Amino acid sequence: MATAEEVAKAAERRDVRDRWLLSAPALLVIFLAATGPLLIVLVYSFLTPGSYGDVKWQFSPEAWIAVFLERDIFDDTLSIAAAHVTIFLRSIKLSVVTTIATLVLGFPTAYFMATRSEKTRDLWLFLITIPFWTNLLIRTFAVLQIIRNEGIINTMLLKLGIISAPIQILYTDTAILIGMAYVYLPLMVLPIYASMEKLDFRLVEAGYDLYATRFQVLRRIIFPMVKPGVIAGSILVFIPALGAYVTPSVLGGGKNMMLSNLIELQFGQGRNWPLGSALSIAVMIIVMVALLAYVRNAGKSGVRHG
Amino acid sequence: MPDKPDRNAIEVVNVSKIFGSGEGQVAALDTVSVSIRENEFFTLLGPSGCGKTTLLRLIAGFDFPTAGEILLYGQDIAPLPPFKRPVNTVFQSYALFPHMTVADNIGFGLEMLGKPKAEIKARVAEMLKLVKMEALAGRRTSQISGGQQQRVALARALAPQPKVLLLDEPLSALDYKLRKEMQIELKRLQHETGITFIFVTHDQEEALTMSDRIAVMSSGKILQVGSPWDIYDKPAERFVADFIGETNFLTAAISEMANGKARATLKSGATIEATVAQGFQPKPNATVVVRPEHAKLTKAKGELSGRVDNIVYFGTDTHIHVHLDSGELFTVRQQNTRSAGCGFEKGDAVGILIGSDAAQVLKD
Repeated sequence: MATAEEVAKAAERRDVRDRWLLSAPALLVIFLAATGPLLIVLVYSFLTPGSYGDVKWQFSPEAWIAVFLERDIFDDTLSIAAAHVTIFLRSIKLSVVTTIATLVLGFPTAYFMATRSEKTRDLWLFLITIPFWTNLLIRTFAVLQIIRNEGIINTMLLKLGIISAPIQILYTDTAILIGMAYVYLPLMVLPIYASMEKLDFRLVEAGYDLYATRFQVLRRIIFPMVKPGVIAGSILVFIPALGAYVTPSVLGGGKNMMLSNLIELQFGQGRNWPLGSALSIAVMIIVMVALLAYVRNAGKSGVRHG
Repeated sequence: MPDKPDRNAIEVVNVSKIFGSGEGQVAALDTVSVSIRENEFFTLLGPSGCGKTTLLRLIAGFDFPTAGEILLYGQDIAPLPPFKRPVNTVFQSYALFPHMTVADNIGFGLEMLGKPKAEIKARVAEMLKLVKMEALAGRRTSQISGGQQQRVALARALAPQPKVLLLDEPLSALDYKLRKEMQIELKRLQHETGITFIFVTHDQEEALTMSDRIAVMSSGKILQVGSPWDIYDKPAERFVADFIGETNFLTAAISEMANGKARATLKSGATIEATVAQGFQPKPNATVVVRPEHAKLTKAKGELSGRVDNIVYFGTDTHIHVHLDSGELFTVRQQNTRSAGCGFEKGDAVGILIGSDAAQVLKD
């Protein structure tokens, strides 16, 4: 006879097994959907480009070399490689600056929202999400309308006599930055707001009571408590910013390319699918490394909510 | 009571606080004035919504008065932000910083004041010892019990050596036993540190046992300020008499008023001696209060007579509810003995004896 304990254990094992079996179809679909395309991209990055796009099933490290520019060839392919570096660096720089800009704008916004009364909070939350209802392309064109030479900003400044000639904002890195900061701002505000909303503002009062000035309260009490929100927001902004396609192509005018534009070029006019694939994987690696470094760094200063 | 120096630590002068505007205006405090002496354990007592916490928050600086002055040793602090006031608060919820250790919490105020590290360390150690928390200095505040959090909150507020310590119902979250312990602990701390304590509570027992003086508040006003003994035995108004302890209200005619004493003729026709609240204006139907433990039940004749309505056993004493012949209700509290019952039964015809120093005439 099995003891009660053994029976219970066996039942538990059965239970666990059944759970796995029941969720297996869903897990399989998710696993294939997530890894399948990635595997194809990975395989493609080691093949030879076909003449009219597509790939020839012939192994070649050519694409990866073109990404990492370690090869020195006779003709002037080296200059193209230098352009890659520029685009990589510009993309990373713009993404970092976008993240910082959205943080600087989003933190006070989230604080403002979280300190409203409960009813008005919902209204602000609603207002923040409104831009999501509109297509990204349309929002980007709206930004274009504002910053172009004959746009609202330049017309106003000209009329007021502050400037004598329009400022060239469009088709610069600044334009891409403005566009991305605008588009990704809600992604920063929402997670910070979620953390901030849970913040016990009596702690803020306690800080003031213990001789902390407003800035010290912000730095020593509010910021550490909402840090999980700041981390989440930064990740949510940084990743799509690094892969941004629409914003740089509309506001950067094709001249100031970012990584996605470069990748798109390989699959389109460039007819170099392996290079596009290699670039895509390279971007993924950058994101992963950046995230690991960021999270580890952020975790070090040790915020844990009990 | 030990001698207290006459210096005032806090003077609240004609302070009003109005929340909201227009139709929705609420006066949380209505021209309140009170002086709190140095080294005093002063309690603001009243039901929720009476304005006691508002007054505390005005002294702390979390809110600013609509009108009036708040003086700290003669200097008006009403316009100063909280971080410029040498006043610290123990919050009802403790408000300990969850991302810091116990020691960091206690040292926070000193750190913000820019004290040198060595001094902070020494002071934190001293504070930990004072509240008996040395062993838990490195813990996070989420890893300690409610009573321990309470001690940390106290130590944190005491560490910067404030001129006045404000306590906002700090014991309300603790269970009964722990609350009793902390009451004694708080008195000890106040005695050892010599800091003026302003304590807010709605618990009359807490107020009576701990305070040097109590201010009873209701609807944004201070009704009476006095020692626990004054407040309990010589209530000035019906609200005070009713809010603190149990009491019997009788209607009487007052005569021969002199030196704060008078004769009160009750509805039963009996006349008793009574003390008179300050500010009493002679009127035909005055209210006289008698505490249940200051009256005695007898089977013979007394100043009042009636029938026993109900008998409630409380362990230490028994409450006997009497329906008076005049139609009023009267409760007598009788100390219990071990073997004998209370000596009365429901329906008994009884007399009530009211001693010569048992009655107080209210001013309203």
